[in-house]
Amino acid sequence: MKKTNKQPMSYLDGTHYWGRVWGLSLFALILLFPIAICLIFNVLPQWNALFKGLLAILPMYWAVGIVEMFTYVPMLGAGGAYLSFVTGNISNLKLPCALDAMERANVKPSQEEGEIISTISIAVSSIVTTVIIILGVILIVPLTPLLEAPILTPAFDMILPALFGGLAVVFISKNAKLSIAPIILMLALFIFVPALNASTVGIMVPVGVVFTVAVARILYNRGKL
Amino acid sequence: MEFSINHPILYVIAGVIIAAVLAQSFFFLFRAMKRAKELGMDGGIIKKTITSSAIFTIAPAVSILVGVVILSKQLGVALPWLRLSVVGSLSYETVASQTTIDQLNLPAGQALNNDSDYVTDLWVMTVGIAIGLLLVPLCAKRIQKGLKKMEKKDSRWGEIFNNAMFLGMISAFLGYVFCDVSTIFSGDTSGLIPVCVMAVSAILMLVCGLISQKCKIRWITDYALPISLIGGMAAAIPITGWLA
Repeated sequence: MKKTNKQPMSYLDGTHYWGRVWGLSLFALILLFPIAICLIFNVLPQWNALFKGLLAILPMYWAVGIVEMFTYVPMLGAGGAYLSFVTGNISNLKLPCALDAMERANVKPSQEEGEIISTISIAVSSIVTTVIIILGVILIVPLTPLLEAPILTPAFDMILPALFGGLAVVFISKNAKLSIAPIILMLALFIFVPALNASTVGIMVPVGVVFTVAVARILYNRGKL
Repeated sequence: MEFSINHPILYVIAGVIIAAVLAQSFFFLFRAMKRAKELGMDGGIIKKTITSSAIFTIAPAVSILVGVVILSKQLGVALPWLRLSVVGSLSYETVASQTTIDQLNLPAGQALNNDSDYVTDLWVMTVGIAIGLLLVPLCAKRIQKGLKKMEKKDSRWGEIFNNAMFLGMISAFLGYVFCDVSTIFSGDTSGLIPVCVMAVSAILMLVCGLISQKCKIRWITDYALPISLIGGMAAAIPITGWLA
C-alpha cells in the first residue's frame, strides 16, 4: 500500500485555500451578471461609450485597487481580507469593525487569535449588512421617504467623521508619539490642497500608511519607540 | 424579452450572487468559530465580538441602504442592491456610473431604460472594480508570508509596523475631516460640521472609557465604538442646523 506523507493543512493555509476557492468563484459569478444580462436580453454594450468610460476610470480605480490590497490585507488578516474584498465597503465599515474587535480582544491580525477575531467580526458585519439591505430592498417603497428625510441627511453624510472620531481616540491614545507626524502631514495636505476631499480620501490612505511606516522605522531605529 | 431596469430576472440574478456571497461569510464565520473552540479561546470574547460587530454595523449598513435608494432612481433597484451588497461602495459606484452616463450623452438623473445603455453602465461598473477581487486571491498569501517573515525576524518591529499601518489609515481620514475648514475664511462655517461631529464622537469614546474605568462598568467598552458612531451621527443633525 502506498504511504502518503500529506500533512493536514494548518488553519491559516486552509484560510488561504478556501479564500482562493471562494474569491475566484465569486469573481467569475460577479462577471457573469453583465454577461447574463447581455445574453438574456440579447443586447450588446455601446462599445464607444464603454471604452471611453473604462479609459476614464480604470487607471485610477485599478491603481487604487492594487495599492489598497497591499494596505488592507496586512490590517485585515487573511480571512478578513478574502471576505472584505468580496463584500466591499472596507474603509467605512469592515476595517473599523475588525480593528475595534481586535483591539477589544487584545489580539493582532498577525496572530492566529487575531486572524479568528478579524474573520468573525467581518463575517458578522457582512451578514448584517446584507440582511439590512435585503430588508431595505423589500421595504423600499415605504422606507424611501424615511431614508431620504431631510432631517436625517446630515446624519448619513457625517458617518465617516463620526466613525473615525471614536476610532482615533483608541489608537492615538495608545501610540501618541507615532501619531504626531502623520496627523500633521494629513491635516496640512487636506487643508491646503483643494483637490483632496471625500472622493480622494481613499487614495490618501496608502500615502498615510507608507508615511507612518517610514516614520515608525526611523523612530524605531533611533530607539524612540 | 423586453428590458426594464426593474425586470424580475435582474432581481433573480442579483439574488443568486448575493446568496453566494452570504454563503461565503457563513462559511468563514463557522470555520473561525470552530478554530476558536479548538484553540480554547474564551467563548465570552467570541460572543462579544459577534454582538458588538453586529450592533456596530447597523448604522453604516443603513447609510449603505440610503445609497441603494439614491442609485435606484437611475439604475433600478436590482443593480444598486447587488453593487452595494457585493464589492462596491457608494462613492465608487456613483463615479463609475456617472462617468458612463456622461459618455452615453444622457441627461443627468435620467433612468437607464434603454437596455444597451444599461449594460454599458453595468460593464464599466463591474470591470472597474474587478481588480481587487481578482488580485486578493492571487496575492494575499504572499503578502501574509512576507509579514510573517518580518515578524519572525523582529517581533517588536512587527508590532510597531501593524500599529503604524492602522495610524496611517486613521490619519488620512482625520485629514479628510478637516478638508473644508478653510471655508471659514470666506464666512462659510459649514466646513466645521465634520470637525464638530468628529469631536463629539471622540468625546463620547473618552466618556465610555472613563465610565468603564471609574464605575467599573466593563461592558460599555464593548459598545463604545457603536455608541460614539451613533452619537456622532445624531449630533450631526443639530450641528448641521447650527453651522450650515
